[in-house]
Amino acid sequence: MPASDAYALVVDHLTARYGSRTVLDGLSLRAERALLTAVLGPNGAGKTTLVRCCTGLLKPAAGTVSVLGEGPGSKHLASRVGLMPQSTGAWSGVRARELLRYLAGLYAHPIDVDALISRFGIAAYAKTAYRRLSGGQQQAVNLAAALVGRPELVFLDEPTAGLDPRARRSTWDLLRELRTAGVSVVLTTHAMDEAAELADQVYIVDRGVVTAAGTVPELTSDGRDLESVYLANTYPPGGRGGVVPPGASTAPGGRGGVVPPGASTASAGP
Amino acid sequence: MTTLDFTPAPGAAPAASRVVRHGLMEARLLVRNGEQLLLALIIPLGILVVGRFAGGRLGAFGELAPSVLALAVWSSGFTSVAISTGFERRYGVLERLAATPLGRSGLLAGKSVALVVIIIDQLAILGLVAAALGWRPAYTLFSALVAIALVILATATFASLALLLAGRLRAEATLGLANLIYVVLLAGGALVIPLARYPAAVRPVVELLPTAALGEGLRAAAAGQVLGWPLLVLTAWLLVAALGAWKGFRWTS
Repeated sequence: MPASDAYALVVDHLTARYGSRTVLDGLSLRAERALLTAVLGPNGAGKTTLVRCCTGLLKPAAGTVSVLGEGPGSKHLASRVGLMPQSTGAWSGVRARELLRYLAGLYAHPIDVDALISRFGIAAYAKTAYRRLSGGQQQAVNLAAALVGRPELVFLDEPTAGLDPRARRSTWDLLRELRTAGVSVVLTTHAMDEAAELADQVYIVDRGVVTAAGTVPELTSDGRDLESVYLANTYPPGGRGGVVPPGASTAPGGRGGVVPPGASTASAGP
Repeated sequence: MTTLDFTPAPGAAPAASRVVRHGLMEARLLVRNGEQLLLALIIPLGILVVGRFAGGRLGAFGELAPSVLALAVWSSGFTSVAISTGFERRYGVLERLAATPLGRSGLLAGKSVALVVIIIDQLAILGLVAAALGWRPAYTLFSALVAIALVILATATFASLALLLAGRLRAEATLGLANLIYVVLLAGGALVIPLARYPAAVRPVVELLPTAALGEGLRAAAAGQVLGWPLLVLTAWLLVAALGAWKGFRWTS
């Protein structure tokens, strides 16, 4: 297999701006096929912007993105990629079953909607308007909606935010199932336990750049837990002006386990 | 717990099927929305009925009926599109759908399908009610064709203006402003009240509004006459509005 085919996602020195504000500043990362790649970072780190660049919704100011070997935004690619956006992603008046049936109709070989509803435990509220669902129920519908088209790669933008512990565990089981089935997963989160439990590869992102990368064992090889590594590689809100310059070798904590952006991400895989 | 086979099997449904499916979905959601239904049907029907039995205070019924048809196009083409799109943007619906095989162009095409379905239904219902109340229009073949062209141009213009508004402002601001503009141009945009009843001093300004072009054009067509200037005014507005929407629309909030 050629090296480029080993990756579901290759992001190279990506820069993205909203007006004059730089949100991604030369970010580089790779996600291997059929593995789960976690992008960890605080609010405002650029995780959602990264996903938007990968789905073609936002045009980068510089750098390149390759999704399943294609440029983002093409119709062909859209049928191969699933997205669970961070925001609700559904009309307030739509019913869960109605939304899933509608989305299934956009694909050639969708998962059977009734089976999906059963798997996600949606049946009890399948006819309820989306705005009347609890946060956890909305998340379940959103996750099902991201998977209904049988994607090769799925972007999950904080899929367990606001879920109770049981629902989180259930989601984790599902993510393991996806990986076993051969689906590549890119997961953004700020839950350390989630990344530690699931991720084959972790990227810690802060202020638009990767400040550390590796497998969980690599990142925690000096005895620290993942949360300590995360805290050492991210700045507290308002704790520092500007972004970390691309290629900077000093992370906030200035300790080991830090991989300079774009340098060794490929070799840091499992 | 049911186990599912998540093995990837990507592929898109045919393009026409995606667009029609989206159009019907939006039309269904709009019909289910009480506030949108109020704008689309209840208010125009109310004006029609009150106008019929108010002894001509809202103008001759032969003029009021096409005015109400113009109002229906205005409410669905502008206000409904602006409000629904504003909240779709805020709720991340646009972000999700842009990443599906529907894509951005399919989404816009689907919105157009929904709009056409809604407006045809509105015009049919309002036209039948007006006829039942005694409206006897004097359309000629040519004036009817011009009326259809005006409705198409106006719908595209209003929808472009709506997308521009919804694509730039927050959803709540879009909601407030779209309703305000709806009422202001309903009352003062020569949409329902014929231009001739405005003070002479403001007529040159009012007749440049797209609502005036639609209202005056439809009233004339129903009387068997054809006016050229409304077509020109609407075409100019459409070019500006479509360019603005194309350049200014933002898919995320």
